[in-house]
Amino acid sequence: MLTCRQASRLLSDSRDRKLGLGERITLRLHLTICDGCTQFDRQLDVIRQVLRRYRDRDEPGDAAPPTDDGSGEHK
Amino acid sequence: MTSADPPLPDPLFPLPDAAARAAASADAATAAPTAVDLLADAGWLESLRRQMQRFARLQLGDDGAADDAVQDALLGALGGAKRFGGRSAVRTWVFAILKNKIADQLRLRGRSINTSSLLAEDDDEPRELDEMFDARGHWTPAATPRAWGDPEASLDNRQFWVVFEVCLDGLPPRLGRVFMMRELVELDSDEICAAVGITASNLFVMLHRARARLRECLATRWYTDGQPC
Repeated sequence: MLTCRQASRLLSDSRDRKLGLGERITLRLHLTICDGCTQFDRQLDVIRQVLRRYRDRDEPGDAAPPTDDGSGEHK
Repeated sequence: MTSADPPLPDPLFPLPDAAARAAASADAATAAPTAVDLLADAGWLESLRRQMQRFARLQLGDDGAADDAVQDALLGALGGAKRFGGRSAVRTWVFAILKNKIADQLRLRGRSINTSSLLAEDDDEPRELDEMFDARGHWTPAATPRAWGDPEASLDNRQFWVVFEVCLDGLPPRLGRVFMMRELVELDSDEICAAVGITASNLFVMLHRARARLRECLATRWYTDGQPC
């Protein structure tokens, strides 16, 4: 059984290399019972998306449309 | 790959997929600004140059070398600017050139300096992971990832990007460098290992640490701050 530490490592690795069959299976099993690692997986996708947006946006510190008041309403 | 100071024949700089797709869709869209237009737009060019400099500095750790690489890349870009349209396609393409300049620099240094000196500047105890996981390898209560609500909405919040930059800058330089090589320049693992002189398993450990730190920083400073538990 994987620990969360190992699972989070495999989730990171899967962004950089192809996981082996055994790794994929144990990881899948772990994710079915672990909400923390499932969130970790999703959030790595979010981070990747955010980084690409950060790279490709037009102005540093200016990704927001003018409609946003930047009041820090966190979602 | 390239020699230290290549001209810009196209085959040496294959377009990343994203750029090719963006370029294609920009063609389809009406009146996207061309690379020539964009590179002649002083405001846009200045903003691009700042991003490139910041990126090159992180990679090279040296302002002089970073400025040179950015200069070279922009000159190279001006030389081949006709075929591209659309801001993100041009940006991706210019960054692809910069990436090659940086890789050249790193390769040169690898030959002349002990590579370890490039990477020696921070303490590299993976302490953050020891704080996130308990002795049995489970998430500690404080570090357990919790749902982030609507991450898409954050992208439109100016304040979010300030927090994001703080978190990105908070990575130790060595981690930040390989992480940006991977995620912003989209080098693959082999290229990073060759440029920086580390093994693949070193690299995977570092990327895991960088992602875990960045995730935790965003979770703490943005997504959960001020939200009821």
